[in-house]
Formats: sequence, C-alpha cells, structure tokens
Amino acid sequence: MDPFTSVTAVAVPLDAVNIDTDRVIPARFLHKSRGPEYAGLLFHDVRFDEDGRERADFIMNQPAFRGARIIVAADNFGCGSSREHAVWALAAYGIRAVVAPSFGDIFFNNCFKIGVLPVVVPAETAAALRRQLHAMPGASITVDLEAQTVTGPDGVRIPFTVDPFRRQGLLRGEDEIALTLGHEATIAGFERRHADEEPWLTIERRA
Amino acid sequence: MSTTPRTLFEKIWSRHVVTEGAGGMSLLYIDRLLMHDGAVHTFDRLRKAGRAIRRPDAIAATADHYVPTATGPRGIADPAIRGMVTEMARHTADLRIPYFGPGDARQGIVHVMGPEQGFTLPGITLVCGDSHTATHGAFGCLAFGIGASELEHVLVTSCLWQRKPRAMRIRVEGARPPGVAAKDVILALIASISAAGGTGHVIEYAGAAIAAMSMDERMTVCNMSIEAGARAGMVAPDATTYAYLEGRPFAPAGAQWDAARAHWETLPSDEGAVFDAEVALDAATLAPTVTWGTSPQEALPITGRVPDPAETADPARRSAIERMLAYMGLAANTPLTAIKVDRVFIGSCTNSRLEDLRSAAAVVRGRRVVVPAWVVAGSGLIKRAAEAEGLDRIFREAGFEWREPGCSMCIGMNGDTGRPGERVASTSNRNFEGRQGKGVRTHLMSPAMAAAAAVTGRLTDVRALAGEAR
Repeated sequence: MDPFTSVTAVAVPLDAVNIDTDRVIPARFLHKSRGPEYAGLLFHDVRFDEDGRERADFIMNQPAFRGARIIVAADNFGCGSSREHAVWALAAYGIRAVVAPSFGDIFFNNCFKIGVLPVVVPAETAAALRRQLHAMPGASITVDLEAQTVTGPDGVRIPFTVDPFRRQGLLRGEDEIALTLGHEATIAGFERRHADEEPWLTIERRA
Repeated sequence: MSTTPRTLFEKIWSRHVVTEGAGGMSLLYIDRLLMHDGAVHTFDRLRKAGRAIRRPDAIAATADHYVPTATGPRGIADPAIRGMVTEMARHTADLRIPYFGPGDARQGIVHVMGPEQGFTLPGITLVCGDSHTATHGAFGCLAFGIGASELEHVLVTSCLWQRKPRAMRIRVEGARPPGVAAKDVILALIASISAAGGTGHVIEYAGAAIAAMSMDERMTVCNMSIEAGARAGMVAPDATTYAYLEGRPFAPAGAQWDAARAHWETLPSDEGAVFDAEVALDAATLAPTVTWGTSPQEALPITGRVPDPAETADPARRSAIERMLAYMGLAANTPLTAIKVDRVFIGSCTNSRLEDLRSAAAVVRGRRVVVPAWVVAGSGLIKRAAEAEGLDRIFREAGFEWREPGCSMCIGMNGDTGRPGERVASTSNRNFEGRQGKGVRTHLMSPAMAAAAAVTGRLTDVRALAGEAR
C-alpha cells in the first residue's frame, strides 16, 4: 500500500448525495483482476457515452478538473455494494483522498487498505468547499494526514480526525496482515478458550 | 458477573474481542466465513503473497454471482466469467472447503445457502465479501460485509480490526395489515431513516411485528440493513429461530444442540439495555411500498404519487429529485399505479426464499403475465421444494420463466440484465443507476407486488388486485 502523508492537488466537487459504488464502478467489470486498467473504469457509465466517448457534462471530463487527485463529495459517498474495486478504480485513476460529510461504512474501511484517505468533515464545510471549487475550477486543496487538516482554495484550514490506528497504518503504508500476524499467540490463545466455551461451533471436516 | 444490562450486539461483540489496538480499534475474532465466486481472485492473491489460510474449516462456499440462471446446460460462454466459477471449484477442493457449485442442489445465493445449511448460527461473528451479509443477522449473530482486503485478512488471521459500531434499536410494533410484507416494513424504514440513517450502527430489529415474523421474513428485513447505511442488522434468537435451525446439516445436534441453545437463550438484549439510538415504527400504518427513485430510501406507499421537485424547498434535494426523475423517465405527480413496467424479476438474497415464492404464486395463480417475468429461486433446495408444492407450475402456466438459482438480475454480473431504458419491477435490494443493466430503471417491491405488476403490466396495489376476477 502507498503511504499517505500529505497531498496537494486539484480537487473536483461531486455534488450528488448517495453516490453508490455501483456508480463508481459498474458490476459488469468486477471479474477483472486489479490493475492499471481500472483507471478507465472509474465512474464508467456516467463518464463515457454508448460509443466510449467522454461525456462533456461529466465534471471530471472538463479540462480544469482533469488532473484531480482529490474528490470533495456529499453525504453517504460510497454507499451500497462492498466492492473494493471502487477504491481500486479511484486509486488507479489517481485519486488519493475523498472529502465528504459521511461515507458508506464498508467503502470507508476499504479506502484505508488501498491508501486512499477518506476525510470526514461537517456537511456545511464540505458544501462550502464544493462551492469554492465550482467557482474556481481547477483550484487545488491540501489534505494533510500528519497535521489532520484540509486546506481549502481560500487557504482556510479545516481540522479533521482519523483514528490513530488507521492514521498510523496509512502514514507508514503498513501491511495490516503482517501486523496482525504479530498477535498470533494471542489469537491462538483466544481461539482455544472460545472453542472450549462454544464447542458446537467446531465443524467436523470430511475427508 | 456484570449486572449492567447489555444489548444483544454488546454480548456478541465482547465475546469476540481478541485484543484492543490503538485508539479504540478491536481485533475481533471471526467464527465463520462465507465465500462466493465473486471472491475467487482472493485465493490467487494469497498464494502469490505466500500466505496460508488459517482455518479452512470455518468456511463454506458457493457460486452465485456469475452462474447462469437459464434452464438447460449451465455452460458459460465467456472464458473470463467461466473461470470465476471453475476456479472456485478448484480452490475449494484443494482446501477441502465445503463448496456447493452448479449441479449441486445446495447451490444458491450465498445468503440463502448459509442459513439453509445451518452454517449461520446465533451468537457468532460471520463475514462474507458481500454487503448483504447483513441477512444472517436474522439469526441473532453479528454478520457484516467486507471488502477484498478485509477478506484476505480474515482468511489469513481469522480476525478483523474493527472500530466498535454504535447500537441502534428499531422497534416495529403493531401488526402488519393484509397485503403488507416484510419487504414493505424495511422499505418504509429506510425511507423513514434515510439511506445513511444507520451509518456507523448495528441495528437490532425488535417489537411485536418482528417477533411475529418467520425466519424468511426476518432475513428480508436484515438483508436491507445495508441500504439504510448499517453494516449489520440483527434480531434476537427465539423459538422461531431454533425451530428453523434444528436438524440443519451444519447446526449442532444432540447434547451440543442443548448446550448451544442454553447459550443462545442468554443472548437477547437485557431489560433496560441502553442503545445509542432508538427508532419506532407502527406496522399497522404501513401499505405496500415501492421505490420510484435511484436510492432505496426513495420509497412510497403504492397509493402515492411521484414527488414533484417544485414542491421541494432545499435546492440540493430538488436537483437530486430532478436527476432521479430524469434517469427513471418519470414525470412529477404521476400516480405510482400509472407507471408501466417492461419486465418483472422475482429473486435475490432479499426475496427468493420459499415463502417469497408462495406469496408471489398466490397472486399469480389463474392469471397471465403481460410482460417478460422471471422467478429465480434462491437455491436449488428452494427450487425443489417449490416444485414439490407445484409453485413452478403456477408460475409457468402464467407465463413466468422458472429459472435456475443465482444472484441473476439483482446485479447482472452473469449477463442477466434488462435493456437500456427498460423498467423493471424487482424484488431485489438496490435501485441504483445501472444496477440491473446499463440504463435500466428499477422499482423495488415485495414478491406479491412484483407478481401483481407482472399480471397487470404496471405498478399495482396488490390489495386491490385481490378482489378482482382472475
């Protein structure tokens, strides 16, 4: 996973609430293994027309927003399906952070595993950021995980918090499985006690 | 022993915490894992990383997302899609994981198969790489969907790092009027608390209307918890739960059953347990409910009309309604019962169980469909049981296609999709843009309501249809 410390980049405002992960990447692409081609699948059906040409009315196709690496969204971004492919597509496209008032829980968790930072800010703050980005197309913002601040186009710093466990994981680009394997003795001990307490959970394996 | 009253969720959570990490993250032990063909790449990734699967004995698997549901030989033309299913069979065989694939009567939608096999039990933690894992909470367990990285993590460590969710109780009191299904209860609930209303929470469904529900109905309710933003939903185990589970292949038997049941009976939330949020709903006030927009929260009683954006003061909400009406091809103020449909889909992990098929068949009997209409049973066992009751004959005689089990047109990953612009009356769980195929317009409803739409060709109040001649 790519470590995340601070990113300063063009930010694109997405105003719709409840942008679901089916919208982020349609189901018919999900059999593909993770790879660079996911960049072209991001927001596929709203980004491209029937013939595969870019739709001019989709904001990320507008010249000012082409280099966007940050999304500022509205409530419940990433709701719906658990498909981590949604984060793969964001990451492959180059998106490093999504700022929104709330996220789908599974999407939120998936983001940290891939190195895309989901930043929760109050609804009014997100709306104000989106208004600024519409008024100044192509403006940059900074998302600083070390300082836990978003700096808007107007230079105003907005604080946010990420829980320390996930923050540390992202800052270091940590391998979470390796970290957990470090607890193996504790897990094994727990497992023995748990199996003694609830022996009915043990499934006899057939040969 | 603690005397502080505890919730069902708290009891299960605290019993599964292995250790605490920094900043309130817990390492949670995962008792059981369900897998489906959509997750097959995970095996390759782990092999490449040189990581072993810690407890293959805690896994059961099936194929549902990519399997064809057309009758006849179940061949898959596209080699990439075919590989998703054949690789699943190979990997599970290598690891001696029980696998119910095509050709096995136990094959079916993963959230139908788990409970049907008694793999899903009260009091456990259960995960699956699918957001509708919330379904299993109907048995009084903590069950939630995870992404691909979390799936790898569980496979290798039997654990997950989790921040403890908050607990919400939704009490549904009163009795459901005739014609009002479990699906109507959950659609009305999501409309009431919104698609983000349950974010960060585990929902416990309680109250007389929930206690009166069968397991099939409780699964329908818990299934759509994710559509309210909650990762998990649950119902306290009771006599209905035990009657369903006893004798199932993976359920404990004999003395183990007695010991398990004694434990399960301690699980329901204690009197006086405090929830972080409480919601109440009176089932007696509900009507058959349908969605008109592209989020499950956009649901209304069938007696209603399509909303008018002009009547909405909030500009963001107004533009959201306008966008949804444009996608759905609907005009403001149209009576919902005037909306014509092109296709009907009865199936999905929400509504493909035997009781769902019975309630649809009761509407269909002696009538004819006027649009293409499918029934896709949740599993081979359900299909077989329905056939034993003659339900297949009722559907076929009415002009329905009686298909093989799978996720099918709920998600369309196997190619079961509508055509662009088509309007589908569907018993599935998501009406998102493109969910049932590019440009397809989805209206969510109960199996009886979908059956009514199939025989009239429009959204129909099943209560009105009941009195009409067949």
